[in-house]
Amino acid sequence: MDYFVIIISAIFVSNIVLTQFLGICPFLGVSTRISTSIGMGGAVLFVMTLATMTTWIFQYYILIPYGLEFMQTIVFILVIAALVQMVEIMLKKVSPALYQALGIFLPLITTNCAVLGVAILTMQKHFNLLEGVVFSISTAIGYTMALVIFAGIREHLDIIEVPKGMRGIPIALVTAGILAMAFMGFTGMVK
Amino acid sequence: MNQIQNFTKGFLKENPVFVLLLGMCPTLGTTTSALNGLGMGLATAFVLTMSNMVISMVKNQIPDKVRIPSFIVIIASFVTIVELTMQAYAPALYEQLGLFIPLIVVNCIVLGRAEAFASKNTVWSSVIDGLGMGLGFAFALTILGGARELLGSGAIFGVHLIKGDLMLVFVLAPGAFIALGYIIALVNKINKTV
Repeated sequence: MDYFVIIISAIFVSNIVLTQFLGICPFLGVSTRISTSIGMGGAVLFVMTLATMTTWIFQYYILIPYGLEFMQTIVFILVIAALVQMVEIMLKKVSPALYQALGIFLPLITTNCAVLGVAILTMQKHFNLLEGVVFSISTAIGYTMALVIFAGIREHLDIIEVPKGMRGIPIALVTAGILAMAFMGFTGMVK
Repeated sequence: MNQIQNFTKGFLKENPVFVLLLGMCPTLGTTTSALNGLGMGLATAFVLTMSNMVISMVKNQIPDKVRIPSFIVIIASFVTIVELTMQAYAPALYEQLGLFIPLIVVNCIVLGRAEAFASKNTVWSSVIDGLGMGLGFAFALTILGGARELLGSGAIFGVHLIKGDLMLVFVLAPGAFIALGYIIALVNKINKTV
């Protein structure tokens, strides 16, 4: 498959948050400030790429040769949970500055369904290792982009008068809906 | 708290979707119709009830430090059971729900109830809690699915009620966000008055 097609479709056409509905919890939770959104996006990029690489190796060198594909869900979630823990410990030792920036987001990522979702999607689409890595990096870029755009809108939402019942999450969801409508414009760009 | 309150709290007062705002991904992703919402909700309810039961049974055997990974393994096992059963007996629904079935593992409600309730309470009340929360989740998904199906294609559970062109956008991605936003505002209002 053409790498360019993978990149464009992962970032715009089937944006992971706005058209696939993965990783909504952090999307609503941390997207109140642009700076935290960028931090979260960085952490997702890092973990998602590592997780896709590791689960790909597990899938093709352990699960398939031994006929254990039905264990996929259990194995993948354990691999991701262990990976996040390891990344956290290693970052603390190797790069305290990066740990400061990404640290608080890492525990949140284990239960971010986008990471497990991308790992499973990579297997469903039968990508090879390089395609999988490209796919997960571009998905994470799409994720960060959606998060940052949404945070930008929410910073403005704070200062305008919203009807009482719609304040907080309801208006955020309606805003996300309109944003998703904008992203629908990309449909059909990639066949 | 008595068992009846324990069971009914999941429907409105502590509804996982409308009030606690947990498990948003399957809520938005699978509710293109009332039937899909109900299917996803019941699958989650099963996993929630069974994992709550098993976790409350073994809670004293698990060391505190490896608590979360052990819970995840228990939950993942039940998810695999649901996945394989659905693939065998309801392949059409399995096709529709797709990726979201394995993703029940990372649904915050399941781990949330395991950690907040099942790891501290008796087996019986954990089962009731799981059942109530799970059915509350299924209830929320069916309502959202029904609303989207009605507005988008004029049908509920596949039965056509309104003829002609409707707001197709409600069946597509943006409609999920918008419909959920308005329903949450409505539930907030109801919870305040009750």
